[in-house]
Amino acid sequence: MAAFLLRRLLSSIVVLFFAVSLTFLLTRSLPGGPFDREKASSAQVQEALLEKYKLSGTLWQQYTAYLNDLAHLDLRVSFKYRDWSVAEILGQKMPTSIKLGGVAFLIASTLGVFIGALAAMRRDTPMDWAAMFGAIVAISIPSFITGPFLIAVFALWLGWLPVGGWGNVEHLILPSLCLAAPYVAYVARLMRNSLLDVLKSDFLRTARAKGLTESQALVRHAMKVAILPVVTYLGPLAAHLLTGSMIVESVFNISGAGSIFVNAIQNRDAFLLCGAVVIYCTLLIVFNLIVDLLYSVLDKRIQLHA
Amino acid sequence: MPDAPKAASISRPGGWAIVRRNRPAMISLIFLAILVLVAFTLPFLLPESIKATSGGTFLPPLALDPENGAWHLCGTDVNGQDLFYRLLTGAQVSLGVGIVGAIISLFIGTTYGMVSGYFGGRVDATMMRIVDILYAVPRILFIMIFIAAFDSVFKDWLDGTRLWAQQKQWTSLEDTTRYLIPYSKILVMILSLGLVEWLTMARIIRGQVLVLREMTFVTASRAMGQSGWTILRKYLLPNLSTIILTYLTLTIPAVILDESFLSFLGLGIEDPAASWGSLLKDGAQVINPLESKWWLLAFPALLMSLSLLALNFLGDGLRDAFDPKSTD
Repeated sequence: MAAFLLRRLLSSIVVLFFAVSLTFLLTRSLPGGPFDREKASSAQVQEALLEKYKLSGTLWQQYTAYLNDLAHLDLRVSFKYRDWSVAEILGQKMPTSIKLGGVAFLIASTLGVFIGALAAMRRDTPMDWAAMFGAIVAISIPSFITGPFLIAVFALWLGWLPVGGWGNVEHLILPSLCLAAPYVAYVARLMRNSLLDVLKSDFLRTARAKGLTESQALVRHAMKVAILPVVTYLGPLAAHLLTGSMIVESVFNISGAGSIFVNAIQNRDAFLLCGAVVIYCTLLIVFNLIVDLLYSVLDKRIQLHA
Repeated sequence: MPDAPKAASISRPGGWAIVRRNRPAMISLIFLAILVLVAFTLPFLLPESIKATSGGTFLPPLALDPENGAWHLCGTDVNGQDLFYRLLTGAQVSLGVGIVGAIISLFIGTTYGMVSGYFGGRVDATMMRIVDILYAVPRILFIMIFIAAFDSVFKDWLDGTRLWAQQKQWTSLEDTTRYLIPYSKILVMILSLGLVEWLTMARIIRGQVLVLREMTFVTASRAMGQSGWTILRKYLLPNLSTIILTYLTLTIPAVILDESFLSFLGLGIEDPAASWGSLLKDGAQVINPLESKWWLLAFPALLMSLSLLALNFLGDGLRDAFDPKSTD
């Protein structure tokens, strides 16, 4: 177990290293520098700015110096928002996105598992068809269509919920629904297919044979195994949702972390971008590790080897 | 001697028979065929008076233009352009980007997956680790980095070609490049999206090749002295064709979504070209509770949703038919 964790941790660090290197080198080799839009920048000013933000020297020197700082957990300073360090910007923006993404994640996982299980239990009935049709609709329609649609119906027409903004619980409802909708559908489809497979298996026949009712067999035996593929999917999903969604945040006028990726590339803000990538990859690694551990808890047949 | 009983009566129906019996998939196929046909022919047949900008801005649907008497089926936008015409040209761009981008990603993904799966061992391990690393970096980041990298290069190249043609007095080439310059962003987006969307495809193809290469016909052809590349091309590729077609159908809506996502944020297709994403962005900008210009948002949203729905239904139908062990 400990050997498995250690091995996973090592390979995760390799992935993190390559992801950050790729981001840094690609961003720095893009045409257009971060200080091109400075007014009246003479060659010396440009030079001094590059020096100050540790961007002088060859690409290789910049890269090794950055990695060195990163190893000391220093994310450096943003080029664009000069008074802010990358850690401060992330610390300010992330909590909003984590809250929104967390609620969306809860909706996606619970509602998705529930709908998927229901559809599998009532296979080939109108309920199953409706659930699967709804799923494909939710997957097909992007959030920049559902978002304005939800606002038009629930905020402008019915007037039940606020149009946008951030603060109360009411502000959370529409954006988290909008963010969660396609993932509810993915989870529901996964859950349905995997439960259909499990319902055919021998151990459930045994469970029914020894006198358990269908619902007892489902809760005590089938669910634990059927939920495994869903758990696998939920790991990366959590990392994805918690780092914020640009579209949902811009539609509902929320100041979160979703815009960091896009703005940082636009501004050639390499350190901010790399900082966001570090956070994203770390979340991805942590959640994948949690998934592996959950696996061995849910299904005793699975053993974690090094 | 009596004929042997026909094998067909007991065998499982073929993949295409399953697809043909899948009603949502067939309806989707017909819808998509009509959409493609209309989008790529009708805009050329519409009268010029509709295509141009006019003074009749924000006319509601079915209104007559007071200026030139043109009849606008879906209303007009901020420049007085007919929304119906914009929707069709937007469909050209969105579908074009989706199809060509998906084909590029398919080509990369198939080649990568086949090589990785067939050669196996250390090659496979390395190639799949690279895919894992690329999965760990947010996709949107790569797309935007590629767009930023190619955009200026490509525009410069087009401009250079134009000047060179001017020098050589090749007017037709000069006109072509001048015409293409505003649309260079579309080509850049096709390339960027194609270069990013192949990861899932590579994994699926690799999985299939791992199964196929253990089959006896592959061993037989290897025993006859065929080289690895010949086996891949002549024996494995035909066996992969339905899977490739299936995932092509499922990659197209993904690419269309990415394109419209970027255009919605104002980073993709720019005027005068339009795509569904940029039309939605324009629609979302003018919406307010006081004065409803609902048609600018409703029609692009409806057309885009229906198209993506149809593509997903068709892709799911194909997958159910040809990928028996898929569990979504």
